[in-house]
Amino acid sequence: MSVAAERPAASISTGERVRGWLRNPWGRPRFLVLVTWTYVVWSIVPVLIAVQFSFNATRSRTVWQGFSGRWYWGDPVDSVWHDPTLRHAALQSLKLGGADVLVATPIGVLLAIGLARWRGWGSRPANFLMLFPLVTPEIVMGVSLLLVFTHVFTFIHTGTIAQILGHVTFSISYVVVIVRGRLFSIGRQYEEAAADLGASPTVALTRVLLPLLTPAIVASAAVVFAISLDDFVISQWLSSGGGTDTVPIVIYGATRAAPLPSTNAIATIMMVLTLLSLALAFLAWRAFTREERRASVATEFGGFTV
Amino acid sequence: MYRRWLWPGFALPGILWLILLFVVPAYAVVAVGFGTVDPVLLQPVPLWNPADWNTGWLVEVLHRLQPGGTFFGVAVRTIVYVGVALVLSLLVGYPVAYYIARHAGRTKNLLLVLIILPLWISYLMRMLAWVNLLAIDGYVNRFLTYTHVLSEPRDWLGGQSSTVILALVYGYIPYLILPLYAALDRIDRSHLEAARDLGASPWATFRTVTLPLSKAGILGGAVLITLPMFGDYYTPNIVSGAPTTSMLGNQIDFYFHYGGQPTIGAAITVVLAIFLTVLMAYYMWTIHRAARDVPAV
Repeated sequence: MSVAAERPAASISTGERVRGWLRNPWGRPRFLVLVTWTYVVWSIVPVLIAVQFSFNATRSRTVWQGFSGRWYWGDPVDSVWHDPTLRHAALQSLKLGGADVLVATPIGVLLAIGLARWRGWGSRPANFLMLFPLVTPEIVMGVSLLLVFTHVFTFIHTGTIAQILGHVTFSISYVVVIVRGRLFSIGRQYEEAAADLGASPTVALTRVLLPLLTPAIVASAAVVFAISLDDFVISQWLSSGGGTDTVPIVIYGATRAAPLPSTNAIATIMMVLTLLSLALAFLAWRAFTREERRASVATEFGGFTV
Repeated sequence: MYRRWLWPGFALPGILWLILLFVVPAYAVVAVGFGTVDPVLLQPVPLWNPADWNTGWLVEVLHRLQPGGTFFGVAVRTIVYVGVALVLSLLVGYPVAYYIARHAGRTKNLLLVLIILPLWISYLMRMLAWVNLLAIDGYVNRFLTYTHVLSEPRDWLGGQSSTVILALVYGYIPYLILPLYAALDRIDRSHLEAARDLGASPWATFRTVTLPLSKAGILGGAVLITLPMFGDYYTPNIVSGAPTTSMLGNQIDFYFHYGGQPTIGAAITVVLAIFLTVLMAYYMWTIHRAARDVPAV
């Protein structure tokens, strides 16, 4: 298969080695290794440095002067725990995230099941409509939601309710994409088996399909929570200021003024929450699908050691 | 009867939600953009009936977008920023995706986690990280003056185009690498072996097999990051804040939040949305044509 590998290693000069791995598409390409790891370091280390400075002992976010927890709770005025703006923002973010999960997940799951099984007039436009929120730039959604709440649904004012409605609108499609992927991998045979054994569609759904969908539902709930916590644009356009500012809005405001390490601290807290919820969802997914994977490994890759 | 309406019934709440909070709002932007302004209250008056539409605002925005108009510079800058950021993202992202898909071996899963990780770190957190690093006494300036690359600290956050472009690359590149990786990972190795067995050089194999087969991933990823970049306003605001780096999104933000002229803001949004729809349509057309020309393997 490869040219370079057939030669004895000792007799290869540098030039030949370079030509060797250029010639061999499965060799170790050092240039690509360098680019990839440089990229990984570049993409992650700045965030780690920002986390480090959330523990700085002084007000500086650029000069490290020792470890301290003052920006989380110690400082009586400016810490996340004591600064009412930061505490409010964290609560508002969690409120929006929680409400988003509770509303968007059921609607999205139902929509995914409906779109996967419905084969009639209207199913194609509905599928098409579902994709739009995924590709619409957030500013366009932000402008349109702001205008709809100021000119059409005038009984809803900007603020928490409007923000929740906005978050659910961009979250539904994510739930649909995740749940539908799982629906396709499950196939229809379990439901058909249930129907053959005399189950009504409702029973087949609640006793057969929903348990099989559980991992996807858990995963989409975690994803919805994460994208809601991370959202800046929709929250900002639908915020009525003051108490309805979320953590990303506070970070945005702080970066343009004179940010304290407490900004890094609250950003760190939200990042940990997001990653934690996703990690839990991932573990739950693995736990739910363990039996299936074992079964499929046994049938499909029976001859291999996996 | 019951069975016939079961599945559409499941989809109904979601469809209704999207109609009420996605389609109606989109139409509201159009109605405001084609609307009038109350002469006393200076509030926008949306016109819902297309027969009544007042095209004055849209014409004004299009007029100002032409050479010599006040939006011309902003529009050119937006296209240049997005274009340069896209090219840089591809130059960095393609080798990374290629390496992970083809050569990573035992480190593949670790690398996949590491390139997915930034997607789950809040965009604002990642921008905040760079604001810290690029401050006058920040790590970047200290490193560059220590190594004598710069004789004195540079004001990275004081309205530099290069900072905004690099911030855009940093912000959006993870969304490009993932589809690129997916496309490259799907390529059947037997195609590469066939090309090599038939005497193609590694470069020719890459150019005639790998690159064309990853075209869908390149285009998909490019669309995935250019659409939000065209609507971005917070990145230039965070890392620069100067009018010299303002993009189209900043104009929309300005007319709604500071300028008090939502009608012009809505008209710019309509123009931007039409432009992006054309981009999207071009992408769909390319994918459609590619799917028709290349028989399924």
